Amino acid sequence: MMGLLKRDLALAIRAGGGFGLSLAFFLIFTALVPFGIGPETGRLSEIAAGLLWLGALLACLLSLDRIFQLDWEDGSLDLLATSPLPLEALAAIKALAHWLTTGLPLVVAAPILGLILNLPGPAFVPLVLSLLAGTPALSAIGTFGAALTVGIKRGGLLLSLLVLPLYVPTLLFGAMAATRGAQGLDPTPTLALTLGITLGCVALLPFAAAGALRINLR
Amino acid sequence: MASIWEYANPRKFMGTSAALLPWVTAIAALCLLGGLVWGFFFTPNDFRQGSTVKIIYIHVPSAIMAVNAWFMMLVCSLIWFIRRHHVSALAAKAAAPVGMVFTLIALFTGAVWGQPMWGTWWEWDPRLTSFLILFLFYLGYIALWEAIENPDQAADLTAVLCLVGSVFAILSRYALVFWNQGLHQGTTVSTVGVGVEENEGVSSVFLYPMLTCLTGFVFLFITLVLYRTRTEIRARRLKALIAQEQMA
Repeated sequence: MMGLLKRDLALAIRAGGGFGLSLAFFLIFTALVPFGIGPETGRLSEIAAGLLWLGALLACLLSLDRIFQLDWEDGSLDLLATSPLPLEALAAIKALAHWLTTGLPLVVAAPILGLILNLPGPAFVPLVLSLLAGTPALSAIGTFGAALTVGIKRGGLLLSLLVLPLYVPTLLFGAMAATRGAQGLDPTPTLALTLGITLGCVALLPFAAAGALRINLR
Repeated sequence: MASIWEYANPRKFMGTSAALLPWVTAIAALCLLGGLVWGFFFTPNDFRQGSTVKIIYIHVPSAIMAVNAWFMMLVCSLIWFIRRHHVSALAAKAAAPVGMVFTLIALFTGAVWGQPMWGTWWEWDPRLTSFLILFLFYLGYIALWEAIENPDQAADLTAVLCLVGSVFAILSRYALVFWNQGLHQGTTVSTVGVGVEENEGVSSVFLYPMLTCLTGFVFLFITLVLYRTRTEIRARRLKALIAQEQMA
C-alpha cells in the first residue's frame, strides 16, 4: 500500500502536467474573477471566501480523470486489480494520492490567493480549516466518479457532469464555514458538518469506487 | 402463487404489459382530463392568489412524481443488483427521461407561478434548489447510460450511480435547509384543511381536483414507463437478432 502511494505521488510529481496544473488553474481562476465582476475591493472581499472554495473545487475537478485513466490505458490497473491488494484499498490510496497532490497544495495556496481577492482578516483561519476539512471529500467523491467513467473514451466532460452534483453538500458547508468566518460569526458548526461529510465520504465511497472499478474491469 | 418475479421474464412482462397498457392509458387520460377540467373551470379562484392558484394542478403532481420516479429507479437498480433481472434495469433506464421531464415541468410551472406571486422567476430556496440538483442528477444518469456501449456494464454502472446519487441527493436536500431560509411553502397536501385560513392546509375545494390530477400523473408515469420499457426490450431483441444473423 505504501509502495502504491509512493508510486502515485512520484508519477504525479515527475510525469508533469498533473501536479502543478490544478494549482495554476486555481491561480488563473482567482486572477480572472476581478475581470468578471469588477475590481472594487469591497465587493471582492464580500464574495472572496465563496469564490476561493469554488475555485478550489473546479481545480480539483480538473485533475480527476487522471486518477485511473493513465493506469487504465497502459494496463497497470489490471495488474493492480489482480494483486493481493483489495480494490477498496486501491481506491482509498488513489483518493489519498489525489488529495496529497491536488487538495493539499490548494489548501496551502488558498490564503495567498485570498490576499489578492482582499479576503477579510478573520476569514483566513476558517477558510484554511474548511478547505482542509472539505477537500478530502472532493478527492473521495472524485475518485468514485473517475472509477465510474474509467472505461469511457473522452469521459472527462461526463465525469464533470456526474461529479459536480455530488459536490453540492461539501461546497455548501465548506463555503458557508469560510463565509461565516468572514462575517465574524462562529464557523465551528459548519466546520463540523464539513468534516462529517468528509469522514462519511472517505469511509464509504472507496467501496462504491471499488464496485464501479470491478464492473469496468470485467 | 403468482409472484412479481415472474415479470423478470421479458416474454411474460411483454404479455402482461400489452394487456395492461390500454387500461392504464385510459385511466391516465381520464383522470388528467377530468382533474384538469375540474380544476381549471369548476373551482373558485383563491382569494389572495387569484387564478394563478390553478397551476398547482400541474405543479404539485409533477413535483411529487419527479421525486417518486427517482425512487422507482432506485428500487429497480437495487433489484437489478440483487437479482440481475434485465427488465428491472431497463425499466430504470426507461423511467429516467420521464422523471427528468417531470422535474422540468415542476421547475417551469413553479417559475411561471412565482413570477406574479413572489415577484421573481427564480429564488435560491431549498426546495427550488434541490429540484435543480435533482434535474442535474437525472441528466448525469441519462448521460452515463448513453455513454457506455456494453448494456450490462451500463446497467451496473448507472445502478451504482443511482445508489450513491440517492444518498447525496438526500444529503443535499437537508444541507440546503441550513443554507437559505425557504420562500416555498411547506408540505400542506397531507394536512387537509377545512377553510381557506392560513396554515390550515389545502382547502378541499382545491384538494380533490388535485388528487385526481395526481392519480392521472401516477398513471401517466406508469403508461410512459411501460411503453418505454417495451421499446427497450424490443430494441434489445432486435440487437440480439442482428447479432445472430451476423454470426450465421
